[in-house]
Amino acid sequence: MSFRYFKQLGVVLMLLGGALSAGSVRAQDEAADVFIKRMSTEVLDVIKADKSMRGADIAKVVALVDTRIMPHVDFQRMTASAIGPGWRQATPEQQKRLQEEFKILLVRTYAGALSQISDQVIAMKPLRAAPEDKEVVVRSEVRGSGEPIQLDYRLEKTPGQGSGWRIFNINVMGVWLVETYKSQFAQEINAKGVDGLIESLAARNKTNSKKN
Amino acid sequence: MRSFYFLGRLRSWACMVALACASTGAWAQTAKPANLVDPFEGINRSIYAFNEVLDLAVMRPVAIAYTELLPRWMRNSVTHFFGNLADVWSIPNNALSLRPKATVDSIKRVAINSTVGLLGLVDVASTLDIDKHPADFGLMLNRWGVPSGPFVVVPLLGPRTLIQVVVYPLDWRGNLANHVDDVVLRDLMMAVSFTDLRASYLQAEDVVNAVALDQYSFKRDSYLQRRVYLQNDGESAGSMDDRP
Repeated sequence: MSFRYFKQLGVVLMLLGGALSAGSVRAQDEAADVFIKRMSTEVLDVIKADKSMRGADIAKVVALVDTRIMPHVDFQRMTASAIGPGWRQATPEQQKRLQEEFKILLVRTYAGALSQISDQVIAMKPLRAAPEDKEVVVRSEVRGSGEPIQLDYRLEKTPGQGSGWRIFNINVMGVWLVETYKSQFAQEINAKGVDGLIESLAARNKTNSKKN
Repeated sequence: MRSFYFLGRLRSWACMVALACASTGAWAQTAKPANLVDPFEGINRSIYAFNEVLDLAVMRPVAIAYTELLPRWMRNSVTHFFGNLADVWSIPNNALSLRPKATVDSIKRVAINSTVGLLGLVDVASTLDIDKHPADFGLMLNRWGVPSGPFVVVPLLGPRTLIQVVVYPLDWRGNLANHVDDVVLRDLMMAVSFTDLRASYLQAEDVVNAVALDQYSFKRDSYLQRRVYLQNDGESAGSMDDRP
């Protein structure tokens, strides 16, 4: 009898806690740099705590990126801007395929880079943005081995959704990810059309998955 | 002896300029400017292919051996040591670029890392949040309106902008390691710094090989973006071009 009571009480408290924390997030979204700092520290902590993530088990890191990072990325915007004018000429079906293949490519890459993390820490640089800005650049630095690596993010405000921010471009040492793909994608589309690009991406993903 | 050595450098520089000019000629013949920033794409691609073969045969194996032989802390010290020398050359270039904060930061970095940081072996300044502001002679000229010119791939050295090739003798003299009188020691330092630099790309290149659809344009576009980023003293906010 009493056991059942405690169980019910527990469920009620859990629901209440969930509602409260969800409510507080809605009421006041965190600042963009606070969000980036929290997210990257969480991911780094998971990798540092689990030895199998480093080097050996890439699938585990891919899963981590999928669950912890991808929900905070505006992947459609990223794909669309990397493809440029060709995006609007693509059919919805082609757009969907492009997005899927590009996502597999980037998640794997990112996971590969993360699995090499050992003693690195993230240092945030001062945020230069007004509170009303809809889009901001958050600058950070990865320190730990060799020269520090600059890592910047471009984020858009998504009030009331998730953490309140979504990433749509990443910069490593001054190089924007989206820009780096622009001419490669244009090159491919000019030569072989949108379907050609989808095929090249799929082929790239196939070779990558064979490697490990 | 020294002047002979410098003549040798001068000759290799002249070769680089001649090659860059030769590629202009090659382009005029084909007359197919595929890309505005890379008018010499054809010849650049062949030099790139040549460099890749050479890298696979020599530089890469040496870099892998270096990584396996030396522990991480030792390699970090090497990176920091040459990074400190680069900071020295950044001081006059940042000053001539009229960037007071970058100049003062570079002076602070050299002063702290050369003393507390044991002759540059430890990067104390970064942990004190004193930012690095890399600046070479070409970037200084960029600041005064001199354009970078087209993208060129130099045999052995890899990607450059034309202006970097032209001012190469100055940047070479700006590196303190090249002023060491003992020729053996100087060459050894050169070799170690190149090997360390190459080793630092080992992990990144796995990533690049996995994500690039076309390695040449991936590396070219990254390199040119990085140069623009350095021109703006590490301001990456310039990119507004990521809208669909």
